[in-house]
Amino acid sequence: MVSKKIVLHFPKRMVDRPLVSHLIKEYNLDFNILKASITPEEEGLMVLELKGKQEDFDRGVKFLKDTGVIIDSLSQNVSRNENRCTDCGVCLSVCPVGAFEVDSGTRKVKFHDKKCVACALCIKACPPRAMELHF
Amino acid sequence: MAKTIEEINEKIKKGNVVVFTAEEIIGVVKEKGLKKAAEEVDVVTTGTFGPMCSSSVYFNTGHASPRIKYGGGRAYLNGVPAYSGFAAVDLLIGANALPDDDPRNRVHPGEFNYGGGHVIEELVAGKDIKLEATAYGTDCYPRKKLETLINIKDLNEAVLFNIRNAYQNYNVAVNLSSKTIYTYMGILKPDIGNANYCSAGQLSPLLNDPLYKTIGIGTKIFLGGGVGYVAWQGTQHNPAVLRGDNGVPRRGAGTLAVIGDLKQMSPKWLVGTSMLGYGVTLSVGIGVPIPILNEEILQHTTVTDEQIYAAIVDYSDAYPNVKPSIVGEINYAQLRTGKATINGKKVPTASLSSYSRAVEIAGTLKNWIKTGKFDLTKPVAALPGAESGVSFKTLKERPVNNHIK
Repeated sequence: MVSKKIVLHFPKRMVDRPLVSHLIKEYNLDFNILKASITPEEEGLMVLELKGKQEDFDRGVKFLKDTGVIIDSLSQNVSRNENRCTDCGVCLSVCPVGAFEVDSGTRKVKFHDKKCVACALCIKACPPRAMELHF
Repeated sequence: MAKTIEEINEKIKKGNVVVFTAEEIIGVVKEKGLKKAAEEVDVVTTGTFGPMCSSSVYFNTGHASPRIKYGGGRAYLNGVPAYSGFAAVDLLIGANALPDDDPRNRVHPGEFNYGGGHVIEELVAGKDIKLEATAYGTDCYPRKKLETLINIKDLNEAVLFNIRNAYQNYNVAVNLSSKTIYTYMGILKPDIGNANYCSAGQLSPLLNDPLYKTIGIGTKIFLGGGVGYVAWQGTQHNPAVLRGDNGVPRRGAGTLAVIGDLKQMSPKWLVGTSMLGYGVTLSVGIGVPIPILNEEILQHTTVTDEQIYAAIVDYSDAYPNVKPSIVGEINYAQLRTGKATINGKKVPTASLSSYSRAVEIAGTLKNWIKTGKFDLTKPVAALPGAESGVSFKTLKERPVNNHIK
Protein backbone atom coordinates (compact mmCIF):
# COMPACT_ATOMS: atom_id res chain seq x y z
CA MET A 1 0.00 0.00 0.00
CA VAL A 2 1.17 3.52 -0.75
CA SER A 3 -0.19 6.87 0.35
CA LYS A 4 0.89 9.93 -1.59
CA LYS A 5 -0.18 13.56 -1.81
CA ILE A 6 -0.36 14.96 -5.32
CA VAL A 7 -1.45 18.23 -6.91
CA LEU A 8 -3.65 18.04 -10.03
CA HIS A 9 -3.96 20.95 -12.44
CA PHE A 10 -6.98 20.69 -14.73
CA PRO A 11 -6.78 22.75 -17.92
CA LYS A 12 -9.84 24.86 -18.76
CA ARG A 13 -11.29 22.35 -21.22
CA MET A 14 -11.37 19.60 -18.60
CA VAL A 15 -12.90 21.31 -15.62
CA ASP A 16 -16.38 19.95 -16.37
CA ARG A 17 -15.34 16.30 -16.83
CA PRO A 18 -15.58 13.74 -14.05
CA LEU A 19 -12.12 12.19 -13.73
CA VAL A 20 -11.31 11.61 -10.13
CA SER A 21 -14.23 9.21 -9.70
CA HIS A 22 -12.48 6.82 -12.11
CA LEU A 23 -9.69 6.45 -9.58
CA ILE A 24 -12.08 4.60 -7.29
CA LYS A 25 -14.07 2.76 -9.90
CA GLU A 26 -11.31 1.49 -12.12
CA TYR A 27 -8.10 1.73 -10.14
CA ASN A 28 -9.24 0.73 -6.63
CA LEU A 29 -7.72 3.89 -5.16
CA ASP A 30 -8.97 5.57 -2.05
CA PHE A 31 -8.67 9.34 -1.99
CA ASN A 32 -9.02 12.28 0.35
CA ILE A 33 -9.56 15.72 -1.22
CA LEU A 34 -7.38 18.15 0.74
CA LYS A 35 -8.11 21.20 -1.39
CA ALA A 36 -10.09 21.94 -4.55
CA SER A 37 -10.62 25.19 -6.42
CA ILE A 38 -11.43 26.65 -9.80
CA THR A 39 -9.65 29.88 -10.69
CA PRO A 40 -11.32 32.82 -12.45
CA GLU A 41 -9.76 31.60 -15.69
CA GLU A 42 -11.54 28.31 -15.02
CA GLU A 43 -8.48 26.26 -14.41
CA GLY A 44 -9.07 23.60 -11.81
CA LEU A 45 -6.72 22.72 -9.00
CA MET A 46 -7.04 19.79 -6.64
CA VAL A 47 -4.82 18.47 -3.89
CA LEU A 48 -5.43 14.75 -3.33
CA GLU A 49 -4.11 12.17 -0.95
CA LEU A 50 -4.22 8.85 -2.84
CA LYS A 51 -4.07 5.49 -1.13
CA GLY A 52 -3.83 2.07 -2.75
CA LYS A 53 -1.47 -0.54 -4.15
CA GLN A 54 1.64 0.88 -5.85
CA GLU A 55 0.57 -0.76 -9.11
CA ASP A 56 -2.92 0.78 -8.94
CA PHE A 57 -1.41 4.12 -7.97
CA ASP A 58 0.90 4.12 -11.00
CA ARG A 59 -1.93 3.10 -13.37
CA GLY A 60 -4.26 5.74 -11.87
CA VAL A 61 -1.70 8.51 -12.22
CA LYS A 62 -0.99 7.40 -15.81
CA PHE A 63 -4.72 7.56 -16.54
CA LEU A 64 -4.90 11.13 -15.24
CA LYS A 65 -1.80 12.17 -17.18
CA ASP A 66 -3.17 10.66 -20.39
CA THR A 67 -6.31 12.75 -20.08
CA GLY A 68 -4.20 15.93 -19.97
CA VAL A 69 -4.16 16.63 -16.24
CA ILE A 70 -0.84 18.03 -15.05
CA ILE A 71 0.41 16.35 -11.89
CA ASP A 72 2.90 17.76 -9.36
CA SER A 73 4.13 16.27 -6.17
CA LEU A 74 2.99 18.30 -3.20
CA SER A 75 6.10 18.82 -1.11
CA GLN A 76 7.53 21.71 -3.14
CA ASN A 77 4.43 23.79 -3.06
CA VAL A 78 4.55 25.48 0.32
CA SER A 79 7.86 26.82 1.49
CA ARG A 80 9.17 29.13 4.14
CA ASN A 81 11.21 32.21 3.36
CA GLU A 82 13.77 31.87 6.13
CA ASN A 83 14.75 35.53 5.75
CA ARG A 84 11.27 36.66 6.79
CA CYS A 85 10.36 34.13 9.48
CA THR A 86 10.79 35.63 12.96
CA ASP A 87 10.01 32.38 14.82
CA CYS A 88 6.99 33.85 16.60
CA GLY A 89 5.00 30.63 16.21
CA VAL A 90 1.53 32.00 15.55
CA CYS A 91 1.30 29.54 12.63
CA LEU A 92 1.06 26.68 15.11
CA SER A 93 -2.56 27.31 15.99
CA VAL A 94 -3.55 27.89 12.36
CA CYS A 95 -2.10 24.75 10.74
CA PRO A 96 -4.67 21.92 10.76
CA VAL A 97 -2.11 19.13 10.35
CA GLY A 98 0.58 20.13 12.83
CA ALA A 99 3.25 20.92 10.23
CA PHE A 100 4.81 23.54 12.54
CA GLU A 101 6.57 22.78 15.79
CA VAL A 102 8.39 24.90 18.35
CA ASP A 103 11.78 23.42 19.26
CA SER A 104 11.68 23.07 23.03
CA GLY A 105 15.35 24.02 23.33
CA THR A 106 15.88 26.89 20.92
CA ARG A 107 12.21 28.00 20.80
CA LYS A 108 12.64 28.31 17.03
CA VAL A 109 9.76 27.23 14.81
CA LYS A 110 10.33 24.18 12.63
CA PHE A 111 8.34 23.63 9.42
CA HIS A 112 7.82 19.97 8.50
CA ASP A 113 6.98 20.25 4.80
CA LYS A 114 6.30 16.51 4.55
CA LYS A 115 3.30 16.95 6.85
CA CYS A 116 2.03 19.99 4.92
CA VAL A 117 -1.12 19.45 2.86
CA ALA A 118 -0.90 22.83 1.10
CA CYS A 119 -4.20 24.10 2.52
CA ALA A 120 -2.56 27.56 2.49
CA LEU A 121 -4.10 28.73 5.76
CA CYS A 122 -0.68 29.79 7.03
CA ILE A 123 0.09 31.98 4.01
CA LYS A 124 -2.00 34.98 5.03
CA ALA A 125 -1.96 34.17 8.74
CA CYS A 126 1.82 34.59 8.94
CA PRO A 127 2.44 38.14 10.24
CA PRO A 128 5.75 38.75 8.41
CA ARG A 129 4.43 36.80 5.38
CA ALA A 130 7.21 34.22 5.49
CA MET A 131 5.13 31.33 4.12
CA GLU A 132 4.95 31.09 0.34
CA LEU A 133 2.67 29.05 -1.89
CA HIS A 134 3.97 27.92 -5.28
CA PHE A 135 1.49 26.24 -7.59
CA MET B 1 26.50 45.38 49.23
CA ALA B 2 24.77 47.96 47.08
CA LYS B 3 26.37 48.98 43.79
CA THR B 4 25.99 52.15 41.75
CA ILE B 5 25.61 52.55 38.00
CA GLU B 6 28.92 54.47 37.99
CA GLU B 7 30.66 51.46 39.54
CA ILE B 8 29.13 49.11 36.99
CA ASN B 9 30.23 51.40 34.15
CA GLU B 10 33.79 51.33 35.57
CA LYS B 11 33.69 47.53 35.35
CA ILE B 12 32.35 47.71 31.78
CA LYS B 13 35.30 49.96 30.90
CA LYS B 14 37.75 47.56 32.55
CA GLY B 15 36.15 44.57 30.86
CA ASN B 16 35.35 42.64 34.04
CA VAL B 17 31.62 43.27 34.25
CA VAL B 18 29.42 40.25 35.08
CA VAL B 19 26.31 40.01 32.89
CA PHE B 20 23.59 37.37 32.52
CA THR B 21 20.39 37.31 30.51
CA ALA B 22 17.07 37.30 32.36
CA GLU B 23 16.77 33.62 31.43
CA GLU B 24 20.25 32.65 32.67
CA ILE B 25 19.94 34.60 35.93
CA ILE B 26 17.18 32.28 37.17
CA GLY B 27 19.64 29.37 37.43
CA VAL B 28 22.50 31.55 38.66
CA VAL B 29 20.52 32.80 41.67
CA LYS B 30 19.19 29.32 42.36
CA GLU B 31 22.77 28.05 42.51
CA LYS B 32 24.54 30.87 44.34
CA GLY B 33 21.73 32.28 46.43
CA LEU B 34 20.40 35.81 46.22
CA LYS B 35 22.94 37.51 48.48
CA LYS B 36 26.05 36.13 46.80
CA ALA B 37 24.63 36.56 43.30
CA ALA B 38 23.69 40.18 44.04
CA GLU B 39 27.32 40.86 44.97
CA GLU B 40 28.71 39.16 41.89
CA VAL B 41 26.26 40.02 39.12
CA ASP B 42 26.31 43.55 37.71
CA VAL B 43 23.74 43.51 34.92
CA VAL B 44 20.79 41.37 33.78
CA THR B 45 19.73 41.82 30.15
CA THR B 46 16.16 41.45 28.91
CA GLY B 47 14.64 41.25 25.44
CA THR B 48 11.39 41.22 23.55
CA PHE B 49 10.42 41.01 19.88
CA GLY B 50 6.85 41.34 18.72
CA PRO B 51 4.31 43.47 16.87
CA MET B 52 4.29 46.90 18.51
CA CYS B 53 1.67 49.01 16.80
CA SER B 54 2.34 52.49 18.15
CA SER B 55 5.66 52.74 16.34
CA SER B 56 6.74 55.41 13.90
CA VAL B 57 9.65 57.03 12.11
CA TYR B 58 10.18 60.74 11.60
CA PHE B 59 12.76 62.22 9.27
CA ASN B 60 13.90 65.36 7.50
CA THR B 61 14.36 65.08 3.74
CA GLY B 62 16.38 68.24 3.19
CA HIS B 63 15.04 71.09 1.06
CA ALA B 64 14.27 70.73 -2.63
CA SER B 65 15.01 73.53 -5.08
CA PRO B 66 12.77 75.44 -5.42
CA ARG B 67 11.52 74.86 -1.89
CA ILE B 68 8.32 73.02 -1.00
CA LYS B 69 6.55 72.91 2.37
CA TYR B 70 4.92 69.50 3.03
CA GLY B 71 3.14 70.97 6.07
CA GLY B 72 -0.52 71.58 5.28
CA GLY B 73 -0.20 69.49 2.13
CA ARG B 74 -0.03 65.76 1.62
CA ALA B 75 2.86 63.31 1.44
CA TYR B 76 3.10 59.64 0.52
CA LEU B 77 5.94 57.14 0.94
CA ASN B 78 5.64 54.22 -1.49
CA GLY B 79 1.95 55.14 -1.66
CA VAL B 80 1.49 55.07 2.12
CA PRO B 81 0.35 58.39 3.61
CA ALA B 82 2.84 60.09 5.92
CA TYR B 83 1.96 62.80 8.44
CA SER B 84 3.13 66.17 7.15
CA GLY B 85 1.74 68.62 9.70
CA PHE B 86 5.18 69.98 10.62
CA ALA B 87 7.51 72.64 9.33
CA ALA B 88 8.69 72.43 5.77
CA VAL B 89 10.41 69.09 5.17
CA ASP B 90 9.78 66.95 8.25
CA LEU B 91 7.61 63.86 7.82
CA LEU B 92 6.38 61.14 10.16
CA ILE B 93 5.16 57.72 9.11
CA GLY B 94 3.21 55.53 11.48
CA ALA B 95 3.41 51.72 11.44
CA ASN B 96 -0.34 51.29 10.93
CA ALA B 97 -0.71 53.64 7.92
CA LEU B 98 -2.25 52.13 4.76
CA PRO B 99 -2.26 53.24 1.13
CA ASP B 100 -5.44 55.18 0.26
CA ASP B 101 -6.32 52.50 -2.31
CA ASP B 102 -5.76 49.50 -0.05
CA PRO B 103 -8.97 47.43 -0.09
CA ARG B 104 -8.80 47.15 3.72
CA ASN B 105 -11.62 44.92 5.00
CA ARG B 106 -13.95 45.43 2.02
CA VAL B 107 -13.48 41.75 1.38
CA HIS B 108 -13.21 40.38 4.88
CA PRO B 109 -10.69 39.39 6.14
CA GLY B 110 -8.46 41.93 4.37
CA GLU B 111 -4.86 40.91 3.65
CA PHE B 112 -3.03 44.15 4.55
CA ASN B 113 0.11 43.24 2.68
CA TYR B 114 1.79 46.65 2.71
CA GLY B 115 1.70 49.70 4.92
CA GLY B 116 3.67 51.97 7.23
CA GLY B 117 5.48 49.12 9.01
CA HIS B 118 6.74 47.83 5.66
CA VAL B 119 7.90 51.32 4.59
CA ILE B 120 9.87 51.58 7.84
CA GLU B 121 11.45 48.14 7.25
CA GLU B 122 12.45 49.07 3.67
CA LEU B 123 13.75 52.48 4.74
CA VAL B 124 16.01 50.98 7.42
CA ALA B 125 17.10 48.29 4.93
CA GLY B 126 18.53 51.06 2.73
CA LYS B 127 16.03 50.63 -0.09
CA ASP B 128 14.95 53.64 -2.15
CA ILE B 129 11.50 54.92 -1.18
CA LYS B 130 9.24 56.94 -3.50
CA LEU B 131 8.19 60.26 -1.95
CA GLU B 132 5.24 62.08 -3.46
CA ALA B 133 4.25 65.41 -1.95
CA THR B 134 1.72 68.06 -2.86
CA ALA B 135 1.51 71.50 -1.25
CA TYR B 136 -0.42 74.74 -1.67
CA GLY B 137 2.58 76.96 -2.38
CA THR B 138 3.68 80.12 -0.59
CA ASP B 139 5.97 83.01 -1.47
CA CYS B 140 8.81 81.39 0.46
CA TYR B 141 7.91 77.78 -0.47
CA PRO B 142 6.58 78.15 -4.04
CA ARG B 143 6.66 74.54 -5.16
CA LYS B 144 3.39 72.61 -5.24
CA LYS B 145 4.43 69.15 -6.33
CA LEU B 146 7.36 66.82 -5.76
CA GLU B 147 8.03 63.25 -6.81
CA THR B 148 11.40 61.72 -6.03
CA LEU B 149 13.22 58.71 -4.63
CA ILE B 150 14.67 59.13 -1.17
CA ASN B 151 17.14 56.96 0.73
CA ILE B 152 17.91 56.78 4.44
CA LYS B 153 21.57 57.57 3.80
CA ASP B 154 20.64 60.97 2.32
CA LEU B 155 18.16 62.00 5.01
CA ASN B 156 19.26 64.61 7.55
CA GLU B 157 17.75 62.79 10.50
CA ALA B 158 15.84 59.51 10.55
CA VAL B 159 14.54 58.65 14.00
CA LEU B 160 12.51 55.72 15.24
CA PHE B 161 10.04 57.11 17.77
CA ASN B 162 7.59 54.60 19.23
CA ILE B 163 5.05 56.05 21.61
CA ARG B 164 3.91 52.71 23.05
CA ASN B 165 6.13 49.62 23.07
CA ALA B 166 7.26 46.81 25.35
CA TYR B 167 3.95 46.23 27.13
CA GLN B 168 4.42 44.90 30.63
CA ASN B 169 2.31 41.74 30.28
CA TYR B 170 -0.61 41.37 27.87
CA ASN B 171 -3.99 39.71 27.32
CA VAL B 172 -4.29 36.11 26.19
CA ALA B 173 -6.85 36.23 23.38
CA VAL B 174 -9.65 33.72 22.83
CA ASN B 175 -12.94 33.73 20.93
CA LEU B 176 -16.13 32.67 22.73
CA SER B 177 -18.37 33.25 19.69
CA SER B 178 -19.41 30.68 17.13
CA LYS B 179 -17.49 32.13 14.17
CA THR B 180 -13.83 32.75 13.39
CA ILE B 181 -12.61 36.27 14.16
CA TYR B 182 -9.59 38.13 12.80
CA THR B 183 -7.88 40.31 15.39
CA TYR B 184 -4.61 42.05 16.18
CA MET B 185 -3.98 38.95 18.32
CA GLY B 186 -4.22 36.76 15.22
CA ILE B 187 -6.89 34.42 13.92
CA LEU B 188 -9.12 33.21 16.74
CA LYS B 189 -11.17 30.12 16.07
CA PRO B 190 -14.75 29.80 17.40
CA ASP B 191 -15.70 28.31 20.77
CA ILE B 192 -12.20 28.86 22.21
CA GLY B 193 -10.60 26.97 19.31
CA ASN B 194 -7.20 28.44 20.20
CA ALA B 195 -5.51 30.96 22.49
CA ASN B 196 -2.92 33.51 21.35
CA TYR B 197 -0.56 35.40 23.64
CA CYS B 198 2.08 38.08 23.16
CA SER B 199 4.83 38.54 25.73
CA ALA B 200 8.43 37.48 26.18
CA GLY B 201 7.40 36.53 29.74
CA GLN B 202 10.47 35.89 31.90
CA LEU B 203 12.68 37.74 29.37
CA SER B 204 10.40 40.75 28.95
CA PRO B 205 11.96 44.08 30.07
CA LEU B 206 9.25 45.47 32.33
CA LEU B 207 8.37 42.06 33.81
CA ASN B 208 11.95 41.89 35.14
CA ASP B 209 11.69 45.32 36.73
CA PRO B 210 8.03 45.24 37.66
CA LEU B 211 8.12 48.25 39.99
CA TYR B 212 10.28 50.42 37.65
CA LYS B 213 13.18 50.55 40.13
CA THR B 214 15.81 50.91 37.38
CA ILE B 215 14.07 51.42 34.03
CA GLY B 216 13.17 55.09 33.66
CA ILE B 217 13.28 58.05 31.34
CA GLY B 218 16.73 58.19 29.77
CA THR B 219 17.53 54.48 30.13
CA LYS B 220 19.79 53.38 27.27
CA ILE B 221 18.45 50.30 25.49
CA PHE B 222 18.81 47.94 22.53
CA LEU B 223 16.33 49.26 19.97
CA GLY B 224 15.77 47.80 16.51
CA GLY B 225 19.30 46.36 16.40
CA GLY B 226 20.91 49.66 17.43
CA VAL B 227 21.02 51.86 20.49
CA GLY B 228 18.01 53.82 21.70
CA TYR B 229 16.61 55.37 24.83
CA VAL B 230 13.45 55.30 26.91
CA ALA B 231 11.88 58.67 26.07
CA TRP B 232 8.90 58.61 28.42
CA GLN B 233 6.33 56.20 29.78
CA GLY B 234 4.38 54.81 26.82
CA THR B 235 0.80 55.75 26.07
CA GLN B 236 -1.75 53.73 28.06
CA HIS B 237 0.87 53.26 30.83
CA ASN B 238 -1.26 51.73 33.56
CA PRO B 239 0.85 50.89 36.61
CA ALA B 240 -2.00 50.43 39.13
CA VAL B 241 -3.36 47.12 37.79
CA LEU B 242 -3.73 43.90 39.78
CA ARG B 243 -0.31 42.54 40.76
CA GLY B 244 0.91 39.29 42.26
CA ASP B 245 2.84 39.00 45.53
CA ASN B 246 6.03 39.30 43.50
CA GLY B 247 4.92 42.75 42.28
CA VAL B 248 4.45 41.39 38.76
CA PRO B 249 1.32 42.73 37.02
CA ARG B 250 -1.33 40.15 36.15
CA ARG B 251 -2.74 42.43 33.44
CA GLY B 252 -1.32 44.69 30.74
CA ALA B 253 0.36 47.42 32.81
CA GLY B 254 3.37 49.63 32.13
CA THR B 255 4.55 50.64 28.64
CA LEU B 256 7.57 52.46 27.23
CA ALA B 257 7.96 55.24 24.70
CA VAL B 258 11.31 54.69 23.02
CA ILE B 259 13.48 56.66 20.62
CA GLY B 260 16.67 56.09 18.65
CA ASP B 261 18.64 56.88 15.50
CA LEU B 262 17.13 54.73 12.73
CA LYS B 263 20.33 54.94 10.67
CA GLN B 264 22.14 52.49 12.99
CA MET B 265 19.23 50.03 13.20
CA SER B 266 18.58 46.92 11.12
CA PRO B 267 15.63 45.43 9.21
CA LYS B 268 16.12 42.17 11.12
CA TRP B 269 14.75 43.91 14.20
CA LEU B 270 12.17 46.17 12.53
CA VAL B 271 9.91 43.90 10.50
CA GLY B 272 6.84 45.04 8.55
CA THR B 273 3.97 42.90 9.77
CA SER B 274 0.50 42.07 8.42
CA MET B 275 -2.37 40.92 10.61
CA LEU B 276 -5.08 39.27 8.54
CA GLY B 277 -8.37 41.16 8.84
CA TYR B 278 -6.81 43.74 11.14
CA GLY B 279 -4.11 45.83 9.49
CA VAL B 280 -0.39 46.44 9.25
CA THR B 281 2.09 47.06 12.02
CA LEU B 282 5.78 46.82 12.85
CA SER B 283 7.49 44.08 14.83
CA VAL B 284 10.13 45.70 17.01
CA GLY B 285 13.08 44.28 18.90
CA ILE B 286 13.83 45.89 22.29
CA GLY B 287 16.29 44.92 25.00
CA VAL B 288 16.74 46.70 28.31
CA PRO B 289 19.68 46.22 30.69
CA ILE B 290 18.86 46.06 34.39
CA PRO B 291 21.70 47.18 36.67
CA ILE B 292 21.81 44.94 39.73
CA LEU B 293 22.13 47.66 42.36
CA ASN B 294 20.79 45.55 45.23
CA GLU B 295 19.21 42.23 46.17
CA GLU B 296 15.65 43.40 45.62
CA ILE B 297 16.36 44.39 42.02
CA LEU B 298 18.06 41.05 41.41
CA GLN B 299 15.17 39.15 43.02
CA HIS B 300 12.76 40.73 40.51
CA THR B 301 14.90 39.59 37.55
CA THR B 302 14.63 35.94 38.64
CA VAL B 303 10.93 35.87 37.78
CA THR B 304 9.98 32.73 35.80
CA ASP B 305 7.23 32.04 33.29
CA GLU B 306 5.40 30.01 36.00
CA GLN B 307 5.18 33.14 38.14
CA ILE B 308 3.78 35.45 35.46
CA TYR B 309 0.02 35.31 35.03
CA ALA B 310 -2.04 36.97 32.29
CA ALA B 311 -5.76 37.50 31.80
CA ILE B 312 -7.59 35.41 29.21
CA VAL B 313 -9.89 37.79 27.34
CA ASP B 314 -12.73 37.12 24.90
CA TYR B 315 -12.03 39.08 21.71
CA SER B 316 -15.48 38.43 20.24
CA ASP B 317 -17.32 40.47 22.89
CA ALA B 318 -15.50 41.54 26.07
CA TYR B 319 -12.62 43.24 24.22
CA PRO B 320 -14.53 45.08 21.45
CA ASN B 321 -17.27 46.18 23.83
CA VAL B 322 -14.89 47.15 26.66
CA LYS B 323 -16.39 44.75 29.19
CA PRO B 324 -14.16 44.15 32.21
CA SER B 325 -14.96 40.45 32.52
CA ILE B 326 -12.20 37.91 31.88
CA VAL B 327 -12.39 34.21 31.02
CA GLY B 328 -9.68 33.32 33.51
CA GLU B 329 -5.97 33.59 34.24
CA ILE B 330 -3.07 31.50 33.00
CA ASN B 331 0.71 31.60 33.36
CA TYR B 332 3.28 31.75 30.58
CA ALA B 333 4.82 28.37 31.40
CA GLN B 334 1.48 26.74 30.58
CA LEU B 335 1.06 28.85 27.46
CA ARG B 336 4.51 27.90 26.18
CA THR B 337 3.71 24.18 26.29
CA GLY B 338 1.48 24.79 23.24
CA LYS B 339 -1.63 23.49 25.00
CA ALA B 340 -3.81 25.05 27.66
CA THR B 341 -7.05 24.10 29.36
CA ILE B 342 -9.49 27.00 29.18
CA ASN B 343 -13.07 26.67 30.42
CA GLY B 344 -12.47 22.93 30.62
CA LYS B 345 -11.41 22.69 26.99
CA LYS B 346 -7.90 21.72 25.90
CA VAL B 347 -6.85 24.20 23.20
CA PRO B 348 -3.69 24.94 21.22
CA THR B 349 -1.79 28.09 22.22
CA ALA B 350 0.45 30.20 20.00
CA SER B 351 2.61 33.26 20.48
CA LEU B 352 2.77 36.48 18.48
CA SER B 353 5.96 37.48 20.26
CA SER B 354 9.11 35.59 19.23
CA TYR B 355 10.76 34.03 22.26
CA SER B 356 13.83 32.91 20.31
CA ARG B 357 14.38 36.48 19.10
CA ALA B 358 13.96 37.77 22.66
CA VAL B 359 16.72 35.34 23.71
CA GLU B 360 18.89 36.64 20.85
CA ILE B 361 18.33 40.29 21.85
CA ALA B 362 19.14 39.65 25.53
CA GLY B 363 22.26 37.74 24.41
CA THR B 364 23.34 40.49 22.01
CA LEU B 365 22.93 43.18 24.65
CA LYS B 366 24.91 41.02 27.09
CA ASN B 367 27.75 40.80 24.56
CA TRP B 368 27.68 44.53 23.88
CA ILE B 369 28.04 45.23 27.59
CA LYS B 370 30.74 42.59 28.16
CA THR B 371 32.82 43.89 25.24
CA GLY B 372 32.49 47.51 26.38
CA LYS B 373 30.37 48.59 23.42
CA PHE B 374 27.42 49.56 25.59
CA ASP B 375 27.39 51.26 28.96
CA LEU B 376 24.50 51.97 31.31
CA THR B 377 22.71 55.23 31.93
CA LYS B 378 21.06 56.49 35.08
CA PRO B 379 17.43 57.47 34.43
CA VAL B 380 16.78 61.21 34.62
CA ALA B 381 13.27 60.57 35.98
CA ALA B 382 11.33 57.51 37.10
CA LEU B 383 8.35 56.01 35.29
CA PRO B 384 5.09 56.60 37.16
CA GLY B 385 4.53 53.73 39.57
CA ALA B 386 1.44 52.17 41.09
CA GLU B 387 1.25 54.94 43.69
CA SER B 388 1.39 57.78 41.12
CA GLY B 389 -2.34 57.87 40.41
CA VAL B 390 -1.63 57.43 36.68
CA SER B 391 -4.30 55.21 35.16
CA PHE B 392 -5.61 54.21 31.77
CA LYS B 393 -9.00 55.82 31.21
CA THR B 394 -11.61 54.92 28.64
CA LEU B 395 -13.09 57.64 26.41
CA LYS B 396 -16.11 59.40 27.82
CA GLU B 397 -18.19 60.36 24.80
CA ARG B 398 -20.09 63.64 24.97
CA PRO B 399 -22.71 65.22 22.68
CA VAL B 400 -21.22 67.73 20.23
CA ASN B 401 -24.32 69.93 19.79
CA ASN B 402 -23.61 73.69 19.81
CA HIS B 403 -19.89 73.15 20.10
CA ILE B 404 -18.16 76.42 19.25
CA LYS B 405 -14.62 76.20 17.99
